Amino acid sequence: MRDMPACGNVLFQIFIPTTPFRDKDMVTSRNKSATALDVAKTSVTKSQETLSREDGLDFLRQMMLIRRFEERAEQAYTEGKIGGFLHLYIGEESIAVGAMSALEPDDDVITHYRDHGYALARGLEPNKLMAELFGKETGVSKGKGGSMHLADVERHFWGGYAIVGGHIPLAVGLALASMYQNLQRVTLCVFGDGATNIGMFHESLNLAAVWKVPLVILVENNQYGMGTAVARASAVTELYKKACAYDIPAERIDGHDLLAVYQAVQQSADKARRGEGPQFIEALTYRFRGHSMGDPQRYRTKAEVEKAREQDPIQRFEQKLADLHLATQEDFEHLGQEVNATIQEAVDFAESSPQPEPADLYKDILVPEAMEAP
Amino acid sequence: MPAKSYRDAIREALREEMKRDERVFIMGEEVGVWGGTYAVTRGLYDEFGDKRVKDTPISEAAIVGTAVGAAMGGLRPVAELMTINFSLIAIDQIVNNAAKVHYMFGGQITAPVVVRTAAGWGQLAATHSQSFEAWFASLPGLIVVMPATPYDAKGLLKTAIRSDNPVMFIEHSRLYGVTGEVPDGDYTIPFGRSDVKRTGKDLTIITYSRMLYPSLSAADKLAGDGIQAEVIDLRSLRPLDMEPVYASVQKTHRALIVEEDWVSGGMGAEIAARIGKESFDFLDAPVERIGVADAPLPYAKNLEALAIPNEQQVIDQARQMVDGRVQGRRE
Repeated sequence: MRDMPACGNVLFQIFIPTTPFRDKDMVTSRNKSATALDVAKTSVTKSQETLSREDGLDFLRQMMLIRRFEERAEQAYTEGKIGGFLHLYIGEESIAVGAMSALEPDDDVITHYRDHGYALARGLEPNKLMAELFGKETGVSKGKGGSMHLADVERHFWGGYAIVGGHIPLAVGLALASMYQNLQRVTLCVFGDGATNIGMFHESLNLAAVWKVPLVILVENNQYGMGTAVARASAVTELYKKACAYDIPAERIDGHDLLAVYQAVQQSADKARRGEGPQFIEALTYRFRGHSMGDPQRYRTKAEVEKAREQDPIQRFEQKLADLHLATQEDFEHLGQEVNATIQEAVDFAESSPQPEPADLYKDILVPEAMEAP
Repeated sequence: MPAKSYRDAIREALREEMKRDERVFIMGEEVGVWGGTYAVTRGLYDEFGDKRVKDTPISEAAIVGTAVGAAMGGLRPVAELMTINFSLIAIDQIVNNAAKVHYMFGGQITAPVVVRTAAGWGQLAATHSQSFEAWFASLPGLIVVMPATPYDAKGLLKTAIRSDNPVMFIEHSRLYGVTGEVPDGDYTIPFGRSDVKRTGKDLTIITYSRMLYPSLSAADKLAGDGIQAEVIDLRSLRPLDMEPVYASVQKTHRALIVEEDWVSGGMGAEIAARIGKESFDFLDAPVERIGVADAPLPYAKNLEALAIPNEQQVIDQARQMVDGRVQGRRE
């Protein structure tokens, strides 16, 4: 790592669809932190050199599971079986899988409404997730939350939140709770590029840094906040630089490189766990589908999307596994069949599950009070 | 029982609950070193230290959101918003997180957070003299209390801190110096129990928070004219305990609501609608409401005094309602 000022020069070019991702240009905004992580790794990392066939295939399987889950969800949406909003994560799977794999089981995770990938990568059951999308009582949130509000507290997955940036202070609070109780947990908070323009982002980063809570912020810069390009919405297009305003160590990584995500999240989590305060990662990515199902996509060209698809994280990871002689085309096909069967089961489960009971409308509004009014 | 101020009663509840439960902590603007801008938290920083009495930046969305997140993560935060006017900065956190996480995720998540804040006025002009309790009381998923007396403040705050639900605990800047009898020991008051603060047979005055006091003093003066007013203090706005109100109206046949809020869409509108439905056959006069003038609050002292409801307005309205008594009651 070279010596750099706090918000210094960028080695990594902002990803625009015509620029191929560059694998190894990880940059930290503060040289100090870069040095620290080089000498003080506490976790066994997974790099190209150390990746096992088992881990490699597991990462690939998880990405394929997310992809297949969403393709089937998209189909169910067009069939009218899923209502409301459906925000697909297709093209960004490497971030959720890389990030979730790098955390401990009791680390806290809180995310935005494009949350299918995180839920699956955190180990939530596809059956219950698909049932939630179908609005069934067997869903993870009992059919009350839908696609944007998936949660499983037992897995420390605190849910998807649909007000852009609204969950960032919740993440500060979860991290505070961990610190207050002397737990060794970190909180990972995920949101998109659009959320970096909202007030709650700035209030939360400031407070997190003042209190030095064990928080890892993971920004998915998929180039568009709904249909508005980052450069049209943010005065600072290198979003990791916004963290510099709060003296939070920040780096920008290639989000379509699963191992880069894994390493960045792991190293940031290690630092936060060691008491070094909040850490910030900007993962460059690209959303292959519209913002939601009702997006006419007038803000970008088909050629741009096609160009971005050349950097499909699943294809890239397959290529990597093949190049490293860890897996073959046969393995990929086998995994494909496996996830297809899992997702088919999830769809069948969702279809055959009952709707919530009418009485559930009034259930879980409040926790019953110990001392109710007569 | 010893007499204590409303301020001291609230501090006593905070202190006792902090000693009782390690998970309870306070956060907010100037709650620590300063001791609270209304001196409610004075001394707690020295006693409990900065882990449990946390000064924050002027950052209301982060204050409430962080408190909600900490509550989700197992703590019992008491977040202070200096005045209810500033709750608008935090309203997304109150409405979309505090009041929603339990329901939206199918009951998995709880947010046992207390947001303490103060209504009030005092030549503070348009942006610092408002009262938004009706907005919060309209939200399923939230508890809203607004105590008037030191006794009720201490008991309700303890209940709020021990509750597994999010609670808006709305104080009043002009009540902090009011004194009343408050036991030293531990006691709690359940949510959703209105309290008959004075009994009477001719008129029911329904009120809460500071308006209890002009209502009670008006009732004293009306008694001199032979009009016996019953005064009911709601204490909780959600849940709203209307049973004592219906029972009273069945007896008095007249209902007057006194609130320190705009009348349009205010708490009184909800109360009047419920009385209109449940007590229709017992009413001898239209339900009346007294509230803040339908204008932004002005700075000038005389104009502000015109805007805020007072004892004389309550007396005048009560007399009018009783003098206009319909002789042939529908019973």
